[in-house]
Amino acid sequence: MSVSRHSPARSVAAHAVLLTYTLIALFPVFVIVINAFKSRKAIFAHPLALPNAETLDWVGFKTVLKQGDFFQYFLNSMTVTVGSLFFVLLFGAMAAFALSEYRFKGNTMVGLYLALGIMIPIRLGTVAILQLMVASGLVNTLTSLVLVYTAQGLPLAVFILSEFMRQVSDDLKNAGRIDGLSEYRIFFRLVLPLVRPAMATVAVFTMIPIWNDLWFPLILAPAESTKTITLGSQVFIGQFVTDWNAVLAALSLAILPVLVLYLIFSRQLIRGITAGAVK
Amino acid sequence: MGNLTLTAVTKSFGATDVIKGVNLSVEDGEFCVFVGPSGCGKSTLLRIIAGLEDASGGEIKIDGVPVNNTPPSKREIAMVFQSYALYPHLTVRDNMGLGLKQAGSSAAQVAQSVARASGMLSLDALLDRRPAELSGGQRQRVAIGRAIVRTPKLFLFDEPLSNLDAALRVNTRIEIARLHRELKATMVYVTHDQVEAMTLADKIVVLNAGRVEQVGRPMALYNDPDNAFVAGFIGSPKMNFLKAAALGEAGETVGVRPEHLAISRDAGAIAGRISHVEKLGSETLIYVRAEPHGLLTVRQFGEQDFAVDEAVYLTTDAARAFRFDANGLRMR
Repeated sequence: MSVSRHSPARSVAAHAVLLTYTLIALFPVFVIVINAFKSRKAIFAHPLALPNAETLDWVGFKTVLKQGDFFQYFLNSMTVTVGSLFFVLLFGAMAAFALSEYRFKGNTMVGLYLALGIMIPIRLGTVAILQLMVASGLVNTLTSLVLVYTAQGLPLAVFILSEFMRQVSDDLKNAGRIDGLSEYRIFFRLVLPLVRPAMATVAVFTMIPIWNDLWFPLILAPAESTKTITLGSQVFIGQFVTDWNAVLAALSLAILPVLVLYLIFSRQLIRGITAGAVK
Repeated sequence: MGNLTLTAVTKSFGATDVIKGVNLSVEDGEFCVFVGPSGCGKSTLLRIIAGLEDASGGEIKIDGVPVNNTPPSKREIAMVFQSYALYPHLTVRDNMGLGLKQAGSSAAQVAQSVARASGMLSLDALLDRRPAELSGGQRQRVAIGRAIVRTPKLFLFDEPLSNLDAALRVNTRIEIARLHRELKATMVYVTHDQVEAMTLADKIVVLNAGRVEQVGRPMALYNDPDNAFVAGFIGSPKMNFLKAAALGEAGETVGVRPEHLAISRDAGAIAGRISHVEKLGSETLIYVRAEPHGLLTVRQFGEQDFAVDEAVYLTTDAARAFRFDANGLRMR
């Protein structure tokens, strides 16, 4: 390694860039969280000031919790996100395994077809999706959201996972075949654990847009019992009056679950268990 | 135990023919080595025997039973891979026992077989470790142990020593030879290293571009090669090929092994100039540029005092020279 890569000036510069980026990225979150704890007057007077004894006000959180169904909204968001994530990872990994492992006619074409979804936003098909859901009686159910999000997440999952699965040693899979493991056990017991870091990456990329989405909950499941947290927060945003305390408090709370999910997956990102499988 | 018969086996990937009709029989208890340059199809052939690839044509019989449509796990074979291919999430014990467990053996049987194999390979101290905690040599011993546990009709080795360092390679080679003697099992071994082939094999199969060039005992291939390819591939350093016309002989080329070329400062049939000398202690390799033949290798025992740029004369040992025609076939 060259000496220049260790020079303090370079190191400082690199850290300055990274810190600046971190600040820019975290700033909006920071503003939301601090203002969630302030009174309405204080939010507008000094939006960037930290809450102090005078401006501290829990009214936002009180409103949110008094709204009653907020816990239900959380639960809905959680169900939809975790459910979609499960199906995206399961079906995505299975399709990726088939594409990377088996030689068959049209392999490349199927791969391209599955990847097409990365380039075409699923929202273009909203009208058709709505008609489909109406016809199948799934409007105002969480199932409809899970189905749509699974479709939305699959292309990227297949694309990333098939790349990673190509790198899993053929010898290992063949050893399993000689030992009499079924293709399913080879997939679940040998291949999946080895692509865990890639699965975690896909999980994070899939999860965040689903959690944040407002579009499909608004169109497919706006009923009180199926509202997600993003949709639920909208009740505080009116055409003429917006309850900023409540909106900010709701958004602050909405960060927490997704943060927990992210922490779970990011641990997987770092942990490599492939060592020792093959040289 | 088991014998293996291949009849007109072919394999094509799309328009590319990788195996172009291989006929071969491996007797019960024989150690058969497939050797050839990279891309000659030796690994593909092994995979076809294992059932990991389907043959495009021909028939594979193990113990006289055609197995073309039998899945790998039902062929009663065991395979050792170059990359070890141990299951990373299982301990050494479970790695070794998995095959039997899948085949439906009782826990006691599995434990007994694992104990026998681990005893043979002195793996007892490692049984509860995971592959990640083992060194390369230990991993390969576990992989060999996993094969032994299954008591297969046929052992298949796919370049098992290629990932090991030189010293370990020699040890493991001796270990494999010992296991073959003890188990009296039929083994098929793929390598590109002709030293491994010569030292381990009862029967060597030299493959080139998807065809069998010659089959025979190691010394038969060394002393009596059928063609220039086999003559050049077996033996290290490589055989010298001299232009027959320049020597006043019939045919296209004359093959002489480095150990069958005499070198002298005073007189000889071929004049040349030394371009490089390698002293290995037990032997000295002298590289002589002699036109029109090109660079020739001479192997002398012990330490020899030759210097670069010296003018020397070489003489071939006529009794041990091989004559090849324009197609590389041996003229007997």
